[in-house]
Amino acid sequence: MTDQPLLLSGAAFWKSFRRNRIALAGLIMLALALFAAVFAPVIAPYDPAASVEITIDSIYARPSAAHLLGTDDAGKDVLSNFIYGSRVSLTVGIFASFISIVIGGTLGIVAGYLGGRTERVIMRFTDIMLVIPDLPLTVVIVAITKPRLLNIILVIGLIGWTTTARLVRAQTLSIKERKFVLRARSIGAGHFHILRRHIFPLVLPLLVVNSVLIISLAILNESTLSFLGLSDPTVVSWGQMLNYAFERGAMSSRAWWVLVTPGFGIVWLVLGFTLLGHGLEQVLNPRTEWHHLTDHPLMVSLPAFPETHP
Amino acid sequence: MKSLRLIASRLVWAIFTILFVMTLNFVIFRVLPGDPARGGLRDPRLTREAIEAIRVRFGLEKPVINCVQSLNPWEPGPCAVNPFDTQFFIYLRNLAQGELGISYHTNRPVAEMMSQMIWNTILLIGLGQILAIILGMGLGILAAWKARTRLDFGALLFSLLAWSLPTFWLGIILLFWGSNQLGLPIGGRLTPGVDFPNTAAMLKDLGRHLVLPTLTYTIVFLGEYMLIMRSTLIDVLSEDFILTAKAKGLHTFQILKDHALRNAMLPMVTLIAINLGFTVAGAIQIESVFSWPGLGGAVFDAVGQRDYPMLQGAFLLLAVTVILANLAADLVYSWLDPRVRTD
Repeated sequence: MTDQPLLLSGAAFWKSFRRNRIALAGLIMLALALFAAVFAPVIAPYDPAASVEITIDSIYARPSAAHLLGTDDAGKDVLSNFIYGSRVSLTVGIFASFISIVIGGTLGIVAGYLGGRTERVIMRFTDIMLVIPDLPLTVVIVAITKPRLLNIILVIGLIGWTTTARLVRAQTLSIKERKFVLRARSIGAGHFHILRRHIFPLVLPLLVVNSVLIISLAILNESTLSFLGLSDPTVVSWGQMLNYAFERGAMSSRAWWVLVTPGFGIVWLVLGFTLLGHGLEQVLNPRTEWHHLTDHPLMVSLPAFPETHP
Repeated sequence: MKSLRLIASRLVWAIFTILFVMTLNFVIFRVLPGDPARGGLRDPRLTREAIEAIRVRFGLEKPVINCVQSLNPWEPGPCAVNPFDTQFFIYLRNLAQGELGISYHTNRPVAEMMSQMIWNTILLIGLGQILAIILGMGLGILAAWKARTRLDFGALLFSLLAWSLPTFWLGIILLFWGSNQLGLPIGGRLTPGVDFPNTAAMLKDLGRHLVLPTLTYTIVFLGEYMLIMRSTLIDVLSEDFILTAKAKGLHTFQILKDHALRNAMLPMVTLIAINLGFTVAGAIQIESVFSWPGLGGAVFDAVGQRDYPMLQGAFLLLAVTVILANLAADLVYSWLDPRVRTD
C-alpha cells in the first residue's frame, strides 16, 4: 500500500488530542455545561416551575445572598433559570444537529458516490437551499407552526444540512478514486459493502468535526428564535429569558444581571463547541495530511500553533 | 461567447431559485397547519354566510393548484380547472404586480411599508459590512504574516469568541453600556419629535443612532473575515511562487502586496457572498435590539404582532435580495478569476 494512513488509531488520536489545548479547553467547558444540565434540580437553589409570591421589591431585585444573580421581571431566581436554561440549548443543539447530519451526510455520500444525474439533482437542490437565508426561513416556519420544542428542533434540523452535504460530497468524491476503493470494486465488492466498509469510515472524522460546528449553529439559532419571541412557553431557555428581560423593562431598570447572565450561558456553550470543533479539525483533518506531505517539508504550511507540532 | 453563456446560465439559475422561494413561501403560509387565512375562519362567532364571504374575498374557495383542493392538500380536487384560476397562480400574478397584501397591524400595503424600510437596512448592513471587511482583512493579513506568534493566537481566539457571540446579545450589552455610559440614543433612526434646522444636524443625529448598531455588526462579522483571510493567505504563502519571489530578493511587503494578496482575494469574494445569508440574520437581530426601522426589525415586530402578510413579505424580499446578491457575487467572481470562465 502506498496510500498514506487515512485514519488515526484511537490511541494516536487521544495522544494528539490531549496536546491540543484548544480542543481540551472546549471539552472541559462542555463537560461543565453538561453537568449543570443533568444535575440542574440538585444545583439550582430554586425550582423555576414553582410559583413565587411577589412584592414590589422582588421584581428585578439586585443580586443578594438569597438570590445570587438577582431576580427577573416575575420575581424568579435568575441563577436557577440560568442553570435550567442549559437543558433547552443542549437538547435543541444535539437533536437538531443530529437531524442535519443524517440528512446532509446521506445526501452527500449518495451524491458523491453515485455521481451522474443523481448527483446533479441533489447538488442543485442543495445549492438552492444554501442560498435561501436560514434564519428568516426558520422564523417564518416556526411562527406558522407554533413554537413548541419539537417543532423548533425539527425546523432547525431540516434546514441546517446544506453545508454538511457539500463537505461530505467533496470528501466522498476524493475517496472514491483512491486505490483501495478501485481495488475493492474490481474484485466485485457491492456498492453497499464499499460504502459501509471503505467510504463511511473515512467520511466519519469529517462528519464529527462538522457536527460539532452544526451543534453550535443550532444553539445560536434556537436562542435567536427565542429572543425573537418564538420560544416554547413551557420551558425556560436562555433566549426566552433575554426576550422577557428586554421586552419587560430590564433595560430601563438597569437590571444588568438579567441581561448578562443568559447571554453568558449561550457564549459558554457555543464557544465550547467551537473550540472543540476547531481543535478536532486540527487533530483529525485528513486534508492537511493528504496534501502537502512528502518532498519539501519547508513548503508545508505549518499548523497554527507550536504545541500541535512536535 | 463562453462568458455570455455563463452569465445566461447563472441568470436562469437565479430566476429558478426565486421561483422556488416563491413556491416555498406559498406552501408555508397556505398549506402548513396553522395557516393564518384559515385560522381566522375558525372563529365560532362567524356565521356560515360570513365565512363563505371571507373565503370568496380571499379566493380561498378556489383550488390551491390543479387537482389539489384548497383546504386539505391531500384531498384530491377537480383536475379540469382553468390553471389560471387557482390560488397559486393568483398568488404569482399578485407578486408580479408587486402586490404583497395588507399588513394586519397598520392596515397599509406591505409593499409600500417595505419600500421605506429597505433603505434603512441597506444603510446599516452596508456600513457594518464595509467596516468588518476592511478591519477583518487587515487583521487577517497581520495574523497570517505573523503566523504562529502570540499575536496570531490572540487574533484567532478573538475571532472564535466573536463567532460564538449571539448577535442580539452583543447588541443588548452594547446598548446597555452605550446608553448608560456614553449617553447614546437607545434606539430608532432619528430622535423623535425634533425639528432639525438643517441637514447637517439631521445627519449628526442619524450618526449618533448608527454608532451602536454598526459597532455590533462590525464585531460580529469581523472575526470570520479575519479567520478566512488568515488561512487563505497562509495557504498562498506556502506556495512555490512565493519562494521564487523571495529568492528574487523581493521585500516582504512587496510579496504580500503583489503576490499573495491578489491570490487571496478570490476566497474573500466567495465568503462575502456566502455570508449574505448570515448578514440578513444579523440584520434581523440588530434591528430588533436597536428598534431600527428596517426589514429585519419588521420581522421581529411581525412575529410579535402575528402580522403574517408583513412576515411573508419581509421573508420574500430578504430571500430574493440574498439570491440576487449571490448572483452578483458569482458574476464578479468569474470576472476576477478567468479560470472559471474557461472551465
